[in-house]
Amino acid sequence: MANRPLSPHITIWKWGPHMLVSILHRVSGDGLAVLGLGVLLWWLGALAGGAESYASFTSWMWADLAALEWSGLDFFASAAKALLKLVLIGLSWAFFNHLVSGLRHFVMDIGAGYELSTNRRWSILSIVLGVVLTAAFWAAILLN
Amino acid sequence: MGNGTRIGQVRGLGSSHHGAHHWLVQRVTGVGNLVSAGFLVISLALRDDFSYAALAEWAAQPIPALMLALLVISTFWHARLGLQVMVEDYVPDSASRFGVSLLLSLVMVAGATFGLFSIGKIVFTGQADAAISAARAEAQAQQAQAQQQAQMQQQAAAQAQAAAAAQGGN
Repeated sequence: MANRPLSPHITIWKWGPHMLVSILHRVSGDGLAVLGLGVLLWWLGALAGGAESYASFTSWMWADLAALEWSGLDFFASAAKALLKLVLIGLSWAFFNHLVSGLRHFVMDIGAGYELSTNRRWSILSIVLGVVLTAAFWAAILLN
Repeated sequence: MGNGTRIGQVRGLGSSHHGAHHWLVQRVTGVGNLVSAGFLVISLALRDDFSYAALAEWAAQPIPALMLALLVISTFWHARLGLQVMVEDYVPDSASRFGVSLLLSLVMVAGATFGLFSIGKIVFTGQADAAISAARAEAQAQQAQAQQQAQMQQQAAAQAQAAAAAQGGN
């Protein structure tokens, strides 16, 4: 590639919701692609492996935090289990965030929503909606 | 891209007529993800039993198994396209970019194949296990019933004998 001059970007702009929704779409999408699909495969593989392998999957991915041992070498396994719980909750947010901002992309693909105020409104709304859907999902699971 | 001959002007720009393909497939698989992942998420949100037995039974049913298989295909395809964009944006050197893209394609195909194989195993061996244990339980029940009947017949025969003996004694 020739060394063409680049237009100034990223550093010179004042942050706005449209920039945040864009980078969050990429972060949540790549997070889902790497970690999310990994967890999906682990879940399917564990279900295929039988009761014992499924128990191993849940003991790592959704550990009972109160029952974890923190002394000696158990510390590392327990820290990993606590982290994986956080990862799963984070992945659920990534899913709903990516879903809503993906729907925003579909709307923009048909040429709508490019006026500055409209774009700003939908950007804020899609970030908020991603968080709200995540909370609603866990409420449905934990309160059921 | 050069600016001399006509072939020089287009060399390095990629093959013609295929520019929109990546973009379009990203959208198509996006809709596929919406439907199949939506199915999974709603199924999980409505569920109250997350035990192995309940989930394996659910996943072995035709429609959930089909939706899981479509989910694996659609998400892995979509993820490959998305990760490829990330590689193209952030890996500066064209040789490494080619290598990483190639590796990415292989890993994603392998992952999707593992997912589909797992679903197949849940569906086919799960149903086979269920059929075997159901047949076993039925056979045991029949055996128990036959034993019970034999015992009852024996008892009835013994009673009849005793009654006959009592009559004979009179």
